[in-house]
Amino acid sequence: MFFEAITLQLGYNATLVTIGAALLGLAAGATGTFLFLGKRALVSDAISHATLPGVALAFITMVALGGDGRALPGLLLGSALSSAVGLLCVSALTTRTRLSEDAAIGAVLSVFFGLGIVLLTVIQTMSAGRQAGLESFLLGSTAGMLWNDALVIALGGAIVLALALLLRRPMTIVAFDPEFAAGAGMNVRRIELAMMGLALAITVVGLKIVGLILIVALLIIPAVAARFWSERVTVVVGLAGTIGGVSGYVGAAVSATAPDLPTGPIIVLVAFGLFAISLLLAPGRGVLAAVLRHRRFQARVHVRQGLLALAQGQPIYERLTLRLMRARGLIRADGVATEAGRAQAAQALLDERRWQLLRSDPAHEEAAAHYDGLTPLETVLTPDQLRALDRGLRLEAAQ
Amino acid sequence: MGLTLARDAGRAPDAQSPLEIRGLTVTYAEKPAVFSVDARFEPGVMTAIVGPNGAGKSTLLKAALGIVRPVSGQVSAWGAPIDRMRGRIAYVPQRASVDWDFPARVIDVVLMGQYRQLGLLRRVRTRHMEAAFDCLRRVGMDGFAERQIGQLSGGQQQRVFLARALAQGADLYLLDEPFAGVDAATEKAIISVLKELRQQGKTVVAVHHDLSTVPDYFDRVFLINTTRIAEGPVDKVFTQSNLQEAYGGRLATAQMNALG
Repeated sequence: MFFEAITLQLGYNATLVTIGAALLGLAAGATGTFLFLGKRALVSDAISHATLPGVALAFITMVALGGDGRALPGLLLGSALSSAVGLLCVSALTTRTRLSEDAAIGAVLSVFFGLGIVLLTVIQTMSAGRQAGLESFLLGSTAGMLWNDALVIALGGAIVLALALLLRRPMTIVAFDPEFAAGAGMNVRRIELAMMGLALAITVVGLKIVGLILIVALLIIPAVAARFWSERVTVVVGLAGTIGGVSGYVGAAVSATAPDLPTGPIIVLVAFGLFAISLLLAPGRGVLAAVLRHRRFQARVHVRQGLLALAQGQPIYERLTLRLMRARGLIRADGVATEAGRAQAAQALLDERRWQLLRSDPAHEEAAAHYDGLTPLETVLTPDQLRALDRGLRLEAAQ
Repeated sequence: MGLTLARDAGRAPDAQSPLEIRGLTVTYAEKPAVFSVDARFEPGVMTAIVGPNGAGKSTLLKAALGIVRPVSGQVSAWGAPIDRMRGRIAYVPQRASVDWDFPARVIDVVLMGQYRQLGLLRRVRTRHMEAAFDCLRRVGMDGFAERQIGQLSGGQQQRVFLARALAQGADLYLLDEPFAGVDAATEKAIISVLKELRQQGKTVVAVHHDLSTVPDYFDRVFLINTTRIAEGPVDKVFTQSNLQEAYGGRLATAQMNALG
């Protein structure tokens, strides 16, 4: 069943949904990266919750005009207008009052969402409203998606993606250093509004499939996951798009395998799975890599301290040190140094003496900055510098 | 000198001066950070903006560039509105003003300085890369191009910022505390780049906090403490009485003696 779903053999509707979700995820991942990098992730939460009153008002208006209240383009237009109002409210509250952005987001998010819920209840009591099914916009619903709906989503996603790529340079500069951007004459406020406007567009486009409560996840999780893998903005954007696209595709396919599996939440869970893999396994920034790096470092510290103790004839008490040194064949089971152990201990002591002399000599200030108790001096100085240093050591010993 | 109101507001802006500020007032929550300041920076020299903490030094620069919005005042560059001269001005913000964990390499940050040439879509070509590498070489960081910016020391980060400004190819360089928290080697590297710029006829204006190095590094000094205190050549203006006026009780006697 899953194989059929993933290869798009589950029928017309499932195929439409799967391709639509993949395109939506791709655009959301790439666009959301700029929000994430500009530390604006939560703005998208305000934007998405602010869509609800627009959806409800659009329905009421369309019914009042004698049309079909559920026409998707009309509902999306309404949601776009009301979330734009919400976005401008957040922006105005932040710039014109002393409220911080998180407080402004909280206020706008809850007020707009509350208003939306009230309007939905009003619609329930309208004669035309009984089968409206508008609450499906909360968590997304793909049952009965039409060709036109899929087209709206695919086109919208493609346009947003193209705009995000077009504006990637100014958005990156503003996200990294808004003061520099302003100094260079870029209109920082307008670029930030464009960045949030793109998130708004994604939210509106994604209402049908993912729903307004979970669209934030599709904007932010791919970017956060991608950040684990790369130190370059362009790569992070590309990876986030890929992760978003894969999440949308796989999530939609999985949800098509059984009746009543909700599409939006499953897409978000797939994205979370990719995030968890990134968090654990990414080289460099991942948790596992960090643990291994720390372990290796700890082992080096212990062995070095053990060797210095050996060389100076001091006893070693710490269990970890003893175990590591035994494992490396530096000491025997009874704690006595082996041949190799004695040689390396002597070398470590010599190295430490050299460092001491070097650090007491102001002429070697630059090299002395490399001292960390672990780095062998041979890797810092040239052979002739080392020989000069050793002459100093012999002089010191002779005194 | 003391308070100078915008007495010559009617006069045409000076076409020679790379940066001229008139009657500039900036307030944070109705408390003025900079009050009615006039400043005319001379071309082809290095000027230090000096004053105590919270005297509005950084704010003056930011307001001149439009990064913070002033309550009043006009700013012109080479006699024209500053917005028409953006391409000739480079700004180096304080290092602490950005998040250094941003996913960018050193070379990526320097290339940001070429945004005017690159625009939205133009591809980064060999000549852009060569120009960026050249800027890195001038600040002694050419071996660090591929490094992630978060791995750099404070001094190295400051050099990257300077390289980005060089990449802008400007005629006026405005720097906000370029020597704050950097190592001695970096300070030397930065000052030699700035002096090189002056030799090429460029103008340098830097917010500076270390009084002891002012005479060595700079030609002119602009003393500010919310209002303008004095401006002129270092040997004429950088005097005990002017400093006392700018710093008030905050200038320790020991510091004064060190200045002679």
